[in-house]
Amino acid sequence: MIRNLDFIRYIIFKNSENETSKNKEEEIAVRLLNVEEAIKMIPDGAIVMIGGFLGVGSPNTLIDEIIKQKRSNLTIIANDTAFPDKGVGKIIVNKLAKKVIVSHIGTNPETQKQMIERFLEVELVPQGTLVEKIRAGGLGLGGILTPTGVGTIIAEDKQIMNIEGKDYMLELPLKADFAIIKAKRSDCNGNLVYSLTARNFNPIMATAASTVIAEVEEILPVGTISPDEVHTPGIFIDYIVKSR
Amino acid sequence: MDPKFIIAKRVAKELKNGQLVNLGIGIPTLVVDYIPKDIKVLFQSENGIIGMSPLPEEGLEHPDLTNAGANYVGAIPGAACFDSALSFGIIRGGHLDLTVLGGLQVDEEGHLANWMVPGKLIPGMGGAMDLVTGAKRVIVAMTHTTKGEPKIVKRCTLPLTSIRRVDLIVTEMAVIEPSKEGLILKEISPEVTLEDVLKSTEASLIISKDLKVMEV
Repeated sequence: MIRNLDFIRYIIFKNSENETSKNKEEEIAVRLLNVEEAIKMIPDGAIVMIGGFLGVGSPNTLIDEIIKQKRSNLTIIANDTAFPDKGVGKIIVNKLAKKVIVSHIGTNPETQKQMIERFLEVELVPQGTLVEKIRAGGLGLGGILTPTGVGTIIAEDKQIMNIEGKDYMLELPLKADFAIIKAKRSDCNGNLVYSLTARNFNPIMATAASTVIAEVEEILPVGTISPDEVHTPGIFIDYIVKSR
Repeated sequence: MDPKFIIAKRVAKELKNGQLVNLGIGIPTLVVDYIPKDIKVLFQSENGIIGMSPLPEEGLEHPDLTNAGANYVGAIPGAACFDSALSFGIIRGGHLDLTVLGGLQVDEEGHLANWMVPGKLIPGMGGAMDLVTGAKRVIVAMTHTTKGEPKIVKRCTLPLTSIRRVDLIVTEMAVIEPSKEGLILKEISPEVTLEDVLKSTEASLIISKDLKVMEV
């Protein structure tokens, strides 16, 4: 399933070392973009999910380009606002976000400063709830019921449901216009493999946005990643950008 | 000894063989250094790993292998990595045996507040609300007072992290067990008297019949 009809066809895999293989040049439809083209698609004011945990597993090439192209008034959905010089933190420091939906801002003093100045709206969501809201958005659920936060100030405007004697809070799905995520490697069909704790929110966000751009360190021929090793199937990925 | 090391050393005695344990940032992280040699546990970190270990030596940092505070860590043979949804499923789903967290206040009902000071400090709850709600056992590791003000109070004035009663409070002065009846004072540091503890605690304490000296 290719959701974007205007995808670009690239010739990815050709065994140029072998003369006879020239006739077997294989044309594969991956939607490989350079970073400038990728970020040009994102309009000012877009809702953007960004993978990573305190900058680990963040799509840094794409983030740097958002700053270069000054995409502004963004609503950012991410685990945290990282550090002023790392990951999502750089978008905050450059004042390109009008709202963030995150679980933690404690490592980036600039986020709190802009919040107090009322430049930036901050919506804090417990980390486990945030990831489930995104999962619900991506996987067709009308919401989730979680015990986390029941009885605290975050439950004040939430619907409480008692299920088999225990109280749960209804949390609604989250979706975005774009998700920009980071993986270790991809094949030419967009099948992704993540690395260690750099996985975090990335595979969940890959399911929950209208357009998904994956930044990867290596792009491999189709067939070189075993089906059992694929973390995110390529059908979720619209465009691939190579890390700089 | 610095209070935080006393607290970490005492908390380490609570770990049991085979447990899956999540340590919060700050004092809880120090617990790793004091685990008795005959106790083997697995460490989970909410950013997506079971089998986390301290960084074995300098120079072995891997940019994609960090703890929940973004510090470089190691992994034991047999470690497993996963996404944030599964990581919090482990926490909320009752698969985590123990979490050790820092605290700003704990009250007579055993309620913990540790994620914001309205108007002053708003770091956010991160994974704390899920950890306190979902872990089988919750230990709060914190200093007994801050700038002379008691942190164990009648009723939390700061926003609660969860309405779940925590299982144990360990400070440099005492070990306290919240219960239905109230806060039970179980151990006192050899450095202080019962009077010192009572003076530094706003909440009422039930003094255990079996009051012990804290082993540190």
